[in-house]
Amino acid sequence: MLTRRIIACLDVNAGRVVKGIQFLDLIDAGDPAALAVRHAAGGADEIVFLDITATHERRALLLDAVRRAAEQIFIPLTVGGGIRSLDDALLVFDSGADKVSVNSAALARPELITEIGLRFGEQAVVVAIDGRRNLGSPDTAQVYASGGRKATGLRVIDWAKQAEARGAGEILLTSMDSDGMRSGFDCELTAAVSAAVQIPVIASGGAGNVGHFADVFTRGCADAALAASIFHFGISDARTLKQELAAFGLPMRLPC
Amino acid sequence: MKPGKTVVIDYKTGNLNSVCKSLQAVGADLIVTMEPEGLRNAARIVLPGVGHFASTERLLSSGMGDALRNRVADGIPFLGICVGLQWLFSGSTEAPDTPGLGIFPEMCERFPAGIKSPHVGWNSLELTGTSRLLDGLPPSSYVYFTHSYRAGRINATTAVTNYGGDFSSVIEKDNWMAVQFHPEKSGAVGLKILQNFMKVSTC
Repeated sequence: MLTRRIIACLDVNAGRVVKGIQFLDLIDAGDPAALAVRHAAGGADEIVFLDITATHERRALLLDAVRRAAEQIFIPLTVGGGIRSLDDALLVFDSGADKVSVNSAALARPELITEIGLRFGEQAVVVAIDGRRNLGSPDTAQVYASGGRKATGLRVIDWAKQAEARGAGEILLTSMDSDGMRSGFDCELTAAVSAAVQIPVIASGGAGNVGHFADVFTRGCADAALAASIFHFGISDARTLKQELAAFGLPMRLPC
Repeated sequence: MKPGKTVVIDYKTGNLNSVCKSLQAVGADLIVTMEPEGLRNAARIVLPGVGHFASTERLLSSGMGDALRNRVADGIPFLGICVGLQWLFSGSTEAPDTPGLGIFPEMCERFPAGIKSPHVGWNSLELTGTSRLLDGLPPSSYVYFTHSYRAGRINATTAVTNYGGDFSSVIEKDNWMAVQFHPEKSGAVGLKILQNFMKVSTC
């Protein structure tokens, strides 16, 4: 049976993890590669590096981290953030990533989704969508670009469908309403997007406890969920999280 | 493990990084080639594959198909991965004008409507025969898939996976071996499968 995935996400700035879990026994707990290895050993089903580096010159630091991580982990590695062109994607793939996640650049030029898909296969293109609906219905949720700073006027549902039509392999949906609140994923929005497309949907934003993951996998119909800060709050690793979710009856990759 | 080069066939699709790194991790001494002549001194041959079935076109047009048939007939173990498995069939509805190698006469088809496609993520392997590749693995081990087309169960199927019905996830017939999933992305289970492939004796 196809399992639901728990994806460990690391925010990386200039080659350093900025809000990852701190493992006391790691010599360098800010090194994305070292943390990726730790999360893979801890039972994560995939790893995501989200690069938030502002300046292009420091991009090499990320690529170096990707290269070192790819040498040591044998589970899928996705890199997102700052991928503006096919050339940017090429550099990331060449460094050893299995998938790239595109967001603002795909909004500015949706052809980018198709271009990367043709070169590396559709399975390698994740379209990240930052959505906000305030108190509106899921249908009214709007897409935001540039790290959530710029409203686009696009509806989340419409953009997800367009991304699929252009060859996205997966959708990574972040609820800006829920992100950082620790009060649960936006299950209604996730379910609406999941129903609107035939490709897998990864839920992100709002996880505070194990029950939130169970919720987004059941009510939210999510195929996968991103886990980041959850590892700060009593859940030591993905394996523990997955064992608890398996107890809810959810299919999980165990042992892992 | 008998020494010798493991040749990875490059047909300019996707990226070979992960496959090469994982093979090296289990001790393979690698050569990457695009040319049929590159198979000449191979002790083992690996055909990776991500992307569209049409991209396999250059394998037949370059003469790689014939070279491969000859080498495998000589006793060289072959491992096809993902599209590399599908290519062993007579074709795929993904690219009806692109013939496959035709070791198996069936066609690969898209997942039925009504389930999400691509099939992405970790799913389990259910043994249906004696498998050299899965030797020593616990039953129902999980491996990582990402694909929209699949081959049904055939006589040479040694493991199936269920997603919209059973499909062939491992095929083994003589020295033709192939997997629909990505062993290079399947953690310790995947490395064990590659290690098993590296142990298949060459003659």
